[in-house]
Amino acid sequence: MATPTLDRSAGAAPAEDPARGPVRRLSAWLHRHAGVRLAALLAAPLFWLVVAYLGALAVLFVSALWTVNGFTGEVVRQPTLTNFRTIATDEVYRTVALRSVGTAAAVTVLDALVALPMAFYMAKVARPRYRRWLVVAILTPLWASYLVKAYAWRVLLANGGPVDWLLGGPGSGPGYGLTATVLVLAYLWLPYMILPIYAGLERLPDSLLEASADLGARAGRTFRKVVLPVIVPSVIAGSIFTFSLSLGDYITVQIVGGKTQLIGNLVYANIGAANNLPFAAALATIPVLIMVGYLVAVRRSGALEEL
Amino acid sequence: MRTGRTVTALAAVGLLALTGCGDGGTNAGGSGPGGIKPPSVPKLSSLGAGEGQVNIVAWAGYVEDGSTDPKVDWVTDFEKQTGCQVNVKVAGTSDEMVTLMKTGEYDVVSASGDASLRLIYGGDVAPVNTDLITNYKDVFDGLKLKQWNSVDGVAYGIPHGRGANLLMYRTDVVKPAPTSWGAVFDANSPYKGKITAYDSPIYLADAALYLMKHQRDLGIKNPYALDDKQFAAAVDLLKKQNETIGEYWSDYTKEVQAFKTGNSVLGTTWQVIANLAQADKAPVEAILPEEGATGWSDTWMVSAKSKHPNCAYRWMDHIISPKANAAVAEWFGEAPANRLACAQTADKNHCATFHAEDEAYFEKVWFWSTPVAQCLDGRKDVICKDYAAWTQAWTTVKG
Repeated sequence: MATPTLDRSAGAAPAEDPARGPVRRLSAWLHRHAGVRLAALLAAPLFWLVVAYLGALAVLFVSALWTVNGFTGEVVRQPTLTNFRTIATDEVYRTVALRSVGTAAAVTVLDALVALPMAFYMAKVARPRYRRWLVVAILTPLWASYLVKAYAWRVLLANGGPVDWLLGGPGSGPGYGLTATVLVLAYLWLPYMILPIYAGLERLPDSLLEASADLGARAGRTFRKVVLPVIVPSVIAGSIFTFSLSLGDYITVQIVGGKTQLIGNLVYANIGAANNLPFAAALATIPVLIMVGYLVAVRRSGALEEL
Repeated sequence: MRTGRTVTALAAVGLLALTGCGDGGTNAGGSGPGGIKPPSVPKLSSLGAGEGQVNIVAWAGYVEDGSTDPKVDWVTDFEKQTGCQVNVKVAGTSDEMVTLMKTGEYDVVSASGDASLRLIYGGDVAPVNTDLITNYKDVFDGLKLKQWNSVDGVAYGIPHGRGANLLMYRTDVVKPAPTSWGAVFDANSPYKGKITAYDSPIYLADAALYLMKHQRDLGIKNPYALDDKQFAAAVDLLKKQNETIGEYWSDYTKEVQAFKTGNSVLGTTWQVIANLAQADKAPVEAILPEEGATGWSDTWMVSAKSKHPNCAYRWMDHIISPKANAAVAEWFGEAPANRLACAQTADKNHCATFHAEDEAYFEKVWFWSTPVAQCLDGRKDVICKDYAAWTQAWTTVKG
């Protein structure tokens, strides 16, 4: 019986098991080289993070410095700040950026207002055995296609459609436009706000609410002084979802937004219609910067631990 | 300055060669027809066996296999006869077509005049060997070897047909019926918020056409050749129009639905959209206003990177065959390219209605062309706004 040479000093493998020899040898070698071990372990995820994720962002920033030949549509690979200068000096891009931020903020506020009572009911009022089903009910709409939901809203909001009819006849609803966009986005992203708040409220012991009541605080005061401070990080966690999802959206606004343009539309128009990839990349850095700013601002609130 | 040095230099060389003067190119923007040579791409020399499929980029209504309306079908027979399975991608704007063709995934495209030259000079399409297209001899001479489908006498495509962009309105709402484009450019329109317009930079030409007829002091000779002042006037007109717009369209299904529900009651359209809306029982009518209109003269072009060139040639031959050309012309609402198609239309007056042989009529229709820095109307003393400028202005118009 041929025994493979083993590194006895490692004292690891039983010599009588030749089949496991090379594996054990490798394992022993790795045991002695902690650095290599760590590198091998992290290589795949790090490769993903650096190449696929940060790499894509880097390519975005680099290509934002290029330009396109206006006639043939070929990309001209010569770094210039033309794109950023256009964005900074042309008023329309400022207007659209502000409109996008306003839309995202309005969607977030609307979602927070709707989600707070719903999450509170789910976590504190409903009987425990129903909670599970309520969570399922909140998650179910996420299984339906985004486009189906958006087009359903286009029909709902149409001239003389159900929304008009509820508000008293054709033309009395909001129609297609910015209001409709905010409404539909708030509907689409609502689950992403409810779930973190629900999770935050679930961790809040009922005894705190009882203690507050025992000390004579009414419901409103209990909410302000006890519940709110506990769930603020959860709300901010939810807002990261609703805000960033709204900031990048361009499909809903195309379907129900009428003539409204958001940053996403400008990016899409520059890729799809104008075939100006570099300018689209330059525009796409706006939401990236806004989100980085937002994340830095909320970092201290502890919201990032709630995600 | 949106142009690279290489191309500007090329343009400058071209200008020098053309004009013999030394002051070319420092501000030449895009490079125009005659300025640079298109990249050399070989054309197919002989027809071989079909490859089993063909990928087509087309306008809505150009490639119908009966799935929209069982009676409207000129694809199934083609597939049976040639064994070429047809895969179609519908594009809403010329820009989209150019982008799609740049991917190299598609074999054939139905390019309008504002896309064809960009495709030729971008090296995305190959010259067409017209000897391999048996039906080419029956195409109207008025469509062959034109500025938008050929370069230096080399054909880059097979003419498909031509028509005008129309003004559509709801007959039950818009009274009296409009006769002028003024209806969509009226800042105090009673239909404010229910007016629609085509969502593409090329729509600037519609405004320019209106100004050409109604503000003669601007001196617009060609709506695709606008100098700074004329361009600013057109952009201003569209910015004012924006306040009355309900929504812009490039997706034809969206426009059909908007006119059906009454979200839009007045605006630009294509005949095929009017047909679809009428088939959907929407009370709409489409007219050619008194100012004339912008329009299209479309060309089937074959990709330089086509993986199925034999099926692509068979498709181009089929779509301009008298029967198929008649069917597509009637469905889309345009003048056919094949003179024999006029005998094959279901409505015997179709060719007369759409002025198929009436070159004088098409003098009034301004076919989509790519705006370039060298003014298309022949002016040498000014620099015109190129398409990149049109694109950026379009974003500003929408606000």
